[in-house]
Formats: sequence, structure tokens, C-alpha cells
Amino acid sequence: MTRQMTGAKMVVQALIDQGVDTVFGYPGGAVLPIYDEIFQQNSIKHILVRHEQGAVHAAEGYARATGKPGVCLVTSGPGATNAVTGLTDALMDSIPIVVLTGQVPTFMIGSDAFQEADTVGITRPCTKHNWLVKETDRLSGTIHEAFHVATAGRPGPVLIDIPKDVQFATGTYQPAKPSTSHYQPQVKGDMEAITELVAAIETAKRPIFYTGGGVINSGPGASQLLRELVDATGFPITSTLMGLGCYPASGKHWIGMLGMHGLYEANMAMHDCDLMINIGARFDDRITGRIDAFSPKSKKAHIDIDPSSINKVIKADIPIVGDVGHVLEDILKVWKSRGRKTNQSAVAQWWSKIEEWKSVDCLKFEQKGKTIKPQHALARLEALTKDHDRYICTEVGQHQMWAAQYLGFEDPNRWMTSGGLGTMGYGFPASIGVQMGHPEALVINVAGEASWLMNMQELGTAMQFNLPVKQFILNNERLGMVRQWQELLHGERYSHSWSESLPDFVKLAEAFGAKGILCSDPDDLDDAIMEMINHDGPVLFDCLVEKHENCFPMIPSGKAHNEMLLGEAETQGVIDAKGSVLV
Amino acid sequence: MSALKIKKGSTSHSAYNLRPTFSDVEERHTLAVLVENEPGVLARVIGLFSGRGYNIESLTVAEVDHTGHLSRITIVTAGTPQVIEQIKAQLGRIVSVHEVHDLTVEGPSVERELAMFKVAGQGDKRVEALRLADIFRANVVDSTLESFVFEITGAPDKIDAFADLMRPLGLVEVARTGVAALPRGD
Repeated sequence: MTRQMTGAKMVVQALIDQGVDTVFGYPGGAVLPIYDEIFQQNSIKHILVRHEQGAVHAAEGYARATGKPGVCLVTSGPGATNAVTGLTDALMDSIPIVVLTGQVPTFMIGSDAFQEADTVGITRPCTKHNWLVKETDRLSGTIHEAFHVATAGRPGPVLIDIPKDVQFATGTYQPAKPSTSHYQPQVKGDMEAITELVAAIETAKRPIFYTGGGVINSGPGASQLLRELVDATGFPITSTLMGLGCYPASGKHWIGMLGMHGLYEANMAMHDCDLMINIGARFDDRITGRIDAFSPKSKKAHIDIDPSSINKVIKADIPIVGDVGHVLEDILKVWKSRGRKTNQSAVAQWWSKIEEWKSVDCLKFEQKGKTIKPQHALARLEALTKDHDRYICTEVGQHQMWAAQYLGFEDPNRWMTSGGLGTMGYGFPASIGVQMGHPEALVINVAGEASWLMNMQELGTAMQFNLPVKQFILNNERLGMVRQWQELLHGERYSHSWSESLPDFVKLAEAFGAKGILCSDPDDLDDAIMEMINHDGPVLFDCLVEKHENCFPMIPSGKAHNEMLLGEAETQGVIDAKGSVLV
Repeated sequence: MSALKIKKGSTSHSAYNLRPTFSDVEERHTLAVLVENEPGVLARVIGLFSGRGYNIESLTVAEVDHTGHLSRITIVTAGTPQVIEQIKAQLGRIVSVHEVHDLTVEGPSVERELAMFKVAGQGDKRVEALRLADIFRANVVDSTLESFVFEITGAPDKIDAFADLMRPLGLVEVARTGVAALPRGD
């Protein structure tokens, strides 16, 4: 059945057909016809953000917490350029989002019209794919294709630029149907390589699972299969920042996050292993440290849906291109059919080595005196919220690493953080998106005061839509991570790494009509956190913490996994000139 | 083409022979990329090369399938084996790209480039230019009493050689199309 309708109506109809229930956006001249259609329907809820960057991060948060693509609608020119940071963030972290931008009418494109920007040109390198739709007849098909591209293979952001005359004109609506596009990434792994990996699993003496965001992106089924494989083989498992939750933090084989601020036992095990099974991670520089000293004794298997991830940084001995869920299923099938073998005695020895590393207790800290340690604040937050239906977002910096270290994640899709791009200002709007996806859940954004201020305007959004997001701000009045690097690398010259004139966060909350809580005494912390949890509405929790705390453990730039710093005493002159050029 | 069917011990006919992927030696490769001929597709390919710091030595593009709207981009690039593998994998994941072929490793191929040379001169130099053009099987496509425009087709090194010869004979201007290439045989 073909239907005639305007382009603007097509947009709304196509979104409905794609199962979209929420759109994050901000109106403007070039999208007015679409907003007019949104006004006249009830199927899709529109969340009015306060800045387009917030819209994209909110859509990212929604996508990561629900597993469905997030959708944004913004206007041309500044609306589109403000979306660029969010698009790049989503590209780096492989988050499926669909961004619709308005554009000046086709006959004005190229004339430097008011609020004109070359949106597809600007966003080409920061989207997985983008389209400029010049004919109304092609609009609905393009939107359906956009959802396919955003979610198929390695997910990512896509953008559709829609000129205003295309929105006004009438055309034929194409209903959504299974994609006939040539873009159909391979999901099944090569059986020969899978068998080779199973053989390696059977004989490995010091194996480790190194998992990443690809497990989360593959869907809850992949996490389930991963748990089955890990528990059946009894191998230790670590995860990147992006993969937290794919295996439960309370699980028997969990040895914590790895990487620059990862756990001692995880990094040491990565360095000394003889079989590394990389599942949906990409050997990011925050993980590998010094490349030529990265896990020198291991055979490396690499499972990734994106062929370009393989051999990009680290040579894979057993490369497997495919979707994590499909590949894990095949690994389990082959491994079981060959008799579920592992080298049990060697693996038991390996575990005793890991237990030795664990006994270093690299996350230990002492809460004494009347100043709250940030680690303590997070440990208490964990204790008081872990039994809730809880979702955690973060901003970027020290607090982000502490949150990854001190909070435990039992399930996938519960942890939203900007890993690849490291976008300060991500967490607050992301928490709004998460809360839209899970209205009844406890959604907490662990923030630093500097990051939080970058998108603080979204407090208006949280209030308007009654989204009870909890902003847990570890306030050290510093750009903590910058300050830490200046201390370690730049002779303690703290160039512009603190802000004077910080707002009174309680009053700031109240100015928006939200609740503000100030806590500076460790003895009041539990009560204050409970007050935050129990308040029905957005809360700004200003937690004044130790100002000069550094984040440990740490692999300094240019060092190997087995050269970790565990605390303050070891930090003198640790990074040489070569390491200091690395970020 | 999947970039990752890496089979150990494969022959020189395979795309993935035993070249050490992480060697430091730079190689020159000719890639044939079939893309959907849609607006911006060339920008996607070129943006990939500039954004990730890869080299382009030459690039030609034209629609080769008018009904299917497919264009063929022939790119000559240079890099270490790891970089070449990355280039192919990165090209392969552009949504508008249908196929990526590395003609340098996928068996024998022919490469041709068309060039036009304007050579001005009188007397012996003019005669010598014409004589050399004949040897190189270049055609004269324009002539005045004091100049020729030669058209020459061949592999890039033949065109380089012709340019070297024409330079002392009054070479004024050169236009080259860049390399087009096809695999030999069926």
C-alpha cells in the first residue's frame, strides 16, 4: 500500500514504523514542519533539551541503556554543528543513534543562506554514514535505511539532512521492510578460526578473557553466552571501561577492569598470560600501554565485527570477524563437542598467581579525618545503591575512573560512560536519556564539578520532564585528572586546572527548582546519599572531597602493564620525555 | 571481499600471502574500489585517506556501471603492509563501498595511464620530439608550426620516461589521468 504524505509527516511515520518512542531535540527554522507534525501526534514523546549536544548525548544514553537506537531532531546550521561532539562520541563508542537535521531549502543550498551549514560535509568523518535527502519520495526509504546502517554490524551514529522544501512537499511513503541494502556485515565467524581458538583454549596454561564494548553491543544474549563460557572454562576475565557489566562484578572469575587505571591483578594477568581471548575490544591505547611490551608471551585471539579493528594495533594470531554473540555460540558448541577440555592443573596454578596479585589490594584507601575521600564516597554510593535497579552514567576524568573501580556492575547496559572520545559534559544529558528509557530506575550520574558544568543547562530538561536523575558530583574544585598529570609530568605547575567562582550547587539546583544537597563530612555521607535516593525528583549532590587525591593504580604513558604505579610514593619522575608526549 | 580470510601457507595468488603484516618496508599497491555513485562518495574515500594519514599517489574515478550506478575508483597508495591492510579494511567499512580489490596482491594485473604532453620547439628539437613520440607510440593530437600535443598511453613508468625525454626538447605542459588498472585473465 502506498500512501501520499508530506515529507514532514513521513519523518514522524517512519520513526513510528521503526518503533521509536522517544526523540530528543530542539526546534528551529529548518525543522518547523517536522515539529508541526510532532505537535499533532501522540505516539512519539519529544524531549526538549537545552542544547543540541545534550540531545545527542541523551540519545546515546537512551541507546546504551535500552539497546535500541537513540533518535535526535535538530535544526540546520548551529543545530547541526552543536551535534558534532555527540556524533563523534557515538562514533568512537559505537553507539547506534539516528540524528535528523533540518537544512535550508534545496534551491538555497550553497548560497550561504541563514543558518546554512554543509552538514553532510561537516559530519562525514564523525558519522558511520550520512545522507542529504533532496527528494521527498526518497525520504522514508532513507530513514529506514538509516536505522539499518546505525544498528547493523558495528553500530554507530548516522545523520539525515532534510531540506525544508523536502519536508513541505508531498511524496510517496515507503513502509519499512527488511533491508535490501548491500550493507550486510558478516556476523558468523570463520569456523576454522573458531576451531583453532577452541584448541588453544584446551591447552592454555595462563588464559585470560579480555572483553569490551562489543559484548554489550551484541546484545544481552552475548553477555549470557560469555558468562556461560567463562564459568564453564574457569578462565579469569577482565574488561575494558566500555565492557563493564558484560560479566558480573560479583562473578567468581572476574578480576576487574584493565588498562591505564585498571586493577593491578588484571593488568599483570594481561602481561603474563599465554592465551589472550579478546572479545569485542579494540586494543585501545588506554589498554595496551607501550605496544612493544604489551603481553609479550601470549597468543592473541581477536573477535570483532569490524575487520578494520583486527591487526590495527596488535597483531592477532587468531582473527575472527563476526558478531560476538554468534561467535561465542559457535565457540561453546565446538568446545563442548570436543569434550569441554581445559588444562585444569595449569589454570589452577595461574589462578594462584592471580590471587597473589589480588592480595596487593590495589584499590585500598584509608578514610580518615574530616575530609571525604572520593574513593570513600563511591564505596558508600556502591553500598547504598547496589541493590537498586540502578543505572550509572559518568562524566570524564578522575571520578570516571574511580566510578569504574569502586562500583560493581552485574549486568550489561547499566554503565554509560564516554570511553573513546572522553567527552566532558557527556554524563548529565546521558542520564536524562537513560531515565527516559527506564522511568522507574535509579539513574545516577557520577560527575566532577568541572565536567558537570559543561552541560548544566540540561537541569532545565530534567525538571521540565520530571526526570529524577541524581547528579552525584565529586567536587574537588579542580580539573582532577589534568591536575594529576601536571603533578606527574609538568613539575607541579598547575596551569589552569582549577576553577575559581564555582557556583553554590545547592542554590543552583534550587534556581531550577531541583533539590540540592551539600555534604562535606564523612559522618553525614550515608544519610545524605539516602536523602538523594529517596527524593522523588532531580538531585544535585555536591560532595566536597579531598582536593589533591590522585587516581591509582596507574600505568604511566609509555610504560608496560607490569610497570604500574600503585600509589603516591612511586610517582617521582616516572614518566620520561618520550612518555610525556603521549596523552 | 573480506579482509580477514587469513589462511596460513596460502600461495602468492592469495590476497593474504605470507608477507609479514608488521614489516616496516613500504610497498606500493594499486587498489580498485567499487562504490555506489552517490553525492559525496569520493569525499568519503579521500577523507578517509587524509583523516587517517594515508598516502594517495594517484586516484582515478568514473562511473563504470550506468544502470547500477557503480563507480570504480583506482587508488595507488604506499605504506607498510600493516597500513595497506588497514587501508583496505577501512575502505571496506565505508557504507557506500561495495568491493575493495588489491590488484597488487590478487595476481597479475595491467595498469595504464593516459597523458598529454605539450612540446614546443623548432628545428632539430622538433624533429627529435616527433621521432621519439613515434618510438613511444604517442599520437599527435594537436599541431602548430611551433608545437605538438602528444597523447600517450602506458604504464606510469613509461610515461615518466617519455616526460624525461621531452623535457630538454621543450616540454611546456603535462596532463596525466592517473592509473586505471584491471586484473589479467578471466
